[in-house]
This record gives sequence, structure tokens and C-alpha cells, in this order.
Amino acid sequence: MALSSEQLERYSRHIILKEVGLRGQKKLLNAKVLIIGAGGLGSPAAMYLAAAGVGTIGIADADEVDLSNLQRQILHGNADVGKPKVDSAKETMAALNPDVQVITHHLFVNAENIMDLIEPYDFILDGTDNFAAKFLINDACVLAGKPFCHAGIIRFHGQLMTYVPGKGPCYRCVFRQPPPKNAVPTCREAGVIGAMAGVIGCMQALEAVKYIVGVGDLLIGRLLTFDALDMEAHVIQLPDNPDCPVCGAHPTILQPFDEGVVECDLK
Amino acid sequence: MMIQVSGKKTEVENGITVMQLMEQQKVETPQYVTVAVNNAFLPMDCYECFSLKEGDAVEFLYFMGGGCDGAEQ
Ligand SMILES: [Zn+2]
Repeated sequence: MALSSEQLERYSRHIILKEVGLRGQKKLLNAKVLIIGAGGLGSPAAMYLAAAGVGTIGIADADEVDLSNLQRQILHGNADVGKPKVDSAKETMAALNPDVQVITHHLFVNAENIMDLIEPYDFILDGTDNFAAKFLINDACVLAGKPFCHAGIIRFHGQLMTYVPGKGPCYRCVFRQPPPKNAVPTCREAGVIGAMAGVIGCMQALEAVKYIVGVGDLLIGRLLTFDALDMEAHVIQLPDNPDCPVCGAHPTILQPFDEGVVECDLK
Repeated sequence: MMIQVSGKKTEVENGITVMQLMEQQKVETPQYVTVAVNNAFLPMDCYECFSLKEGDAVEFLYFMGGGCDGAEQ
């Protein structure tokens, strides 16, 4: 596949990087990334991946745009309120870069649909807001052998880690099981600074790009935390967990399942 | 004694337990926080009884949701 002169110009700042080059840009154009959640984290991730020329971007979300989303969910604008988030997301990405094929999945991920949903994709970004979905995405990616990047944000804090099959611990290795409903504060109750979604969502996009191009060290076996109040990033080394019920030596989770508890309280 | 908490040198009382450290550090909902000491996960039922030693490195790993802030799943 040869790049057109327009593509050579569009991606020139990538191509000039010795870590990316023409080879890396072609990898990006051939890559398929799925973003689950077209919200705070998914917005910057989707926009940078579209601008980067990731050839196929899937976006999964069942929601419609709400006015309270616009403080941080920059895929969506004032005119999109009430519209399905996936449609608004597709319009924004298409406007950024016509090279990108956007596939919309207007659904909530669940145990029934997740394996089929992730199957065509090379890398998955978890931009969901609730722990049932986070554990479901983790389990499905472990079972299907798919790499993914977890992220979470609250108040002035953010975190992310990357799972690559066989290379390091998974999300469940660290966090075991979802907390009971309302046991830990959510963005809805505790708030979140809008730009935090930008910082952490962009880091997820970086992890996807690095994985596709094959450069640098991913956050495998490491949890990066970022505190915006003291402007400090900290990387926690994650031990292996041989007792992990999904990726450990004797797994007991052999297919995805819907966790009974839901973190995100809808009031 | 001196230990490391989240990568920062911290002066604490000798023999402080993980739970006491969490209280001092104002860790929210400690029962839902994963703790690693010297790069090994500490079982949750050990937070009360596990005493830290000089030079130990303690990490708190918090649940963080956030992200799409949509409707219920
Ligand atoms: Zn695991």
C-alpha cells in the first residue's frame, strides 16, 4: 500500500519520527482499534487516534449525549445533545480525517455481546465508567487474547495500565472483583476535572499507537497514576498474581459474565 | 522509621500496621484499596495485623471508574 501525496503530507509529522516512519504510519492505517465508551476518556482517545490515521476505529456506547457530558466529553458539542453518542463520535472523527473508517456499536457491552464485539479489533481501549464493564472487558480480553488499556479518572486523579496477553498481569490480578454498588465514589457523585479525562484518554491513545507501531515500553505490569493537584505522575510496579481467577495458573473464569453489582448509580 | 509510601519517603512510627498507615494517610474506603508491600500484593485480611518494617515500600491501588459517565449498565 502506497500513501497518497495527501496522506504523506497529513502524516508528515509522524513519518519524520524515526520510531514511526512510513512503516509505522502504514501499520496505523491498517490497524483496528475499539473504544468502549464515547465519554470523557473515549473522546480524546478517539480524536487523536482518528487524527493519527488509525484505519478502523470502532466506538461502542449505548448512551445519548447529555448536557452534563459536555464539560469533558469533547467528541460531542452543544448541537449533539440528545443524539446517540456513537453517531456524534462518528461525525467528529469523520470530520477530522476521511482516511478513517468508523464503525459504530450502539450498545452496552455485556457478557452476551462482548466476545463478538472485540473479535475484529487489534487493540481495545476501556473508556467505561463502571466497574462491572471494566471487569467484563478485562475478562473478555484475557479470554480472547486481546491487548487492552484500562483507565479510570475521578476528581483530580487518573490511572491507567495496559494488558498484553502473556506479558503481564491483568486488571483482575490487581483489583480482584468490583466493589459493591456505591462503595467507592464515582465521578457522578465526586466530580472530575474535565482536562483529567483529556490527559488520561490521550495516554490511552498513546498506548494504542505504541502497541500498533511496536515502539517503546507499554504500561504492562505497571499502573500509572496521575495527580493533577500536585502535578505528579507515579508508576506502580504490579506483581504477578498466579491466583488470578481469569489469567492465573488455574483459572475459574472460563467465559465472560456480567458482574451482579453495578458501580454507577443512576439518579 | 522511614518507609516509602507511593514512592515518597515517609517517617512513621516503628511497627505501624498497614491499616494504621492507611488511616494516617487518610485513605478513603481502605477495604476497597489494593495494597502492595515491596512489590507483592497484601491479602486484604492482613491490613490490620501486617506491621511494616524500616525501608518497606507501600503502594495503594485505588478503584477508579470514571470515563464515559453514561446511564446504567
Ligand atoms: Zn489476571
